[in-house]
Amino acid sequence: MSALSAPPVPLSRRVLPYAMLSPAVLVTLAIVFLPMVQAVWMSLHDYVLFRPRVFDFVWFKNFQTALADPVFWVSLRQTVIWIAITVPAQMLLGLATALLLNQDFPWRGLARALVIIPWALPSVVIALMWVWIYDSNYGVLNDLLLRMNLITASIPWLANPDTALYAIILTLTWQGFPFFAVMILAGLQGIPKSYYEAAAIDGASSFRQFWHITLPGLAGVLMTATLLRIIWVANSIDVIFVMTGGGPGYSTYTLPLYAFVNARTGLDYGYGSALAVSFTLVLLGFVILYLRRAGRNIG
Amino acid sequence: MMVRNRSLTRRILTVDLPVLLILCFTLSPYLWMALTSVTEKSRLFTEGPSLAGATLENYGRLFRTVGFGRNLFDSFVVASGTMLVGLGLAVPAAYAFSRFRFRGRRLLMLQFLLINMFPLVLLILPLFILMRSLGLVDTYLALIIANSTVAIPFSVWMMTSYIDNIPRSLDEAAMTDGCTRFGALFRVVLPLCTPGIIATGVYIFITAWNEYLYALTLGGRSVKPITVAIQTLIGEYQIEWGLLTAGGIVGAMPATLLFLFVQKRLIAGMTQGAVKG
Repeated sequence: MSALSAPPVPLSRRVLPYAMLSPAVLVTLAIVFLPMVQAVWMSLHDYVLFRPRVFDFVWFKNFQTALADPVFWVSLRQTVIWIAITVPAQMLLGLATALLLNQDFPWRGLARALVIIPWALPSVVIALMWVWIYDSNYGVLNDLLLRMNLITASIPWLANPDTALYAIILTLTWQGFPFFAVMILAGLQGIPKSYYEAAAIDGASSFRQFWHITLPGLAGVLMTATLLRIIWVANSIDVIFVMTGGGPGYSTYTLPLYAFVNARTGLDYGYGSALAVSFTLVLLGFVILYLRRAGRNIG
Repeated sequence: MMVRNRSLTRRILTVDLPVLLILCFTLSPYLWMALTSVTEKSRLFTEGPSLAGATLENYGRLFRTVGFGRNLFDSFVVASGTMLVGLGLAVPAAYAFSRFRFRGRRLLMLQFLLINMFPLVLLILPLFILMRSLGLVDTYLALIIANSTVAIPFSVWMMTSYIDNIPRSLDEAAMTDGCTRFGALFRVVLPLCTPGIIATGVYIFITAWNEYLYALTLGGRSVKPITVAIQTLIGEYQIEWGLLTAGGIVGAMPATLLFLFVQKRLIAGMTQGAVKG
């Protein structure tokens, strides 16, 4: 159909969607984009809160400082370890949980509801709960391991630089795997039952069915959920902040935590912003990948 | 009969038992916290948490001496305020995304998705400076604004997916029957997506209730949400685990109950986008 023969769209109708969107767009511009621009701007300045008069433009000095800062590199390395262990652990546990919850058993509804509880708990509560579990004197984890003769003396899980990061990783895996389970479960329900029936008639074993039907059927969900989780896990600093505050030493610093602690305790907002901006740039690749996937679905 | 028994045993071994193990893993930290919170103070460090001689003493102290009621109220105001702002802005935006095709639609939708991915740490520093210069630090408004940075983009997407699920033909039918567009919105679309609105609202409420870093940075003496209050229970020398775990249980309760209440619909809304991907 040519453009001429289409009925003209009245002006009011053309303006209406923009009018309905403008409150949300304007507010997000004001409270998200503007502060973000300000963060980038601050990162190019010397800006320490207890010397509020000094706001000198220093170009990329803060970024150069970061590159020469050993703590920056330690934090970056730990951010990578943090993501590289937490996300796959969450995914595998989530996948197993989803496959189980997709089976037929009488109390399935109850199990599905209960398994997501960690996800609804406040991070602070999660962090404190696990600090209590890991406690070196009275913690239940040491108690259990001692009774099972797996260790001979209590281990101060969070006070030991060698174990602290991994202890927190376990906590975050616990917190985040239900998200994967729920996503994957929804994905499983989208795979037609007939595929499995056909495969069963052809005599395919359940492992082969899993490998050739379930996994390919879940590829999209797994990819999306993994990208979302990478971004989310990288960003989440509240659990670490409450559990160790980054310590002992710098052993549980991640890049965003370093930026936050630096600004909060050192009040150096210029350098803190530079760290936050650097972290955002590191993360940007994953964000773009995710946006491209999501963008394809916009009709 | 034999076959059925054998398959039942098999199911218990391959399904029920593993599920039970996973539930054990998910629930035991929470139950351990609950158990600790009802254990008497004098027993906790000698015998460890136990149900013998259970007491609600810690909960009493929480409200009598620590003043937890006040913190619960602060959290409630912040979470409800964020919910109202989020829904108020997101519902019209989602309707526009769902029912109109217009220039820039895709870009605007992606824009909302993008801001959901911004690291909190990138926003928290400038927001603090902003609130300080506006004199808003330690007010409800500051925390509602900060939480809205997460709530608005998320609820726009979630509401769009709910409204997408209501057939267009319904509002078109209403409009051919003489309803105006707004009439159709208020009489057809909104009533039909009430469950979606409730689920989105509850999700915003839970996230804002659970939020900690903004509350810590932008709150203060007069506005102190529950998450910050729980954290400050950690003493300088000795941690009172009984009190702390009681605080954890109370602080987590509203969100957990609300979540169990709407979980089915909530999950449907959240996973939809991902499943299509």
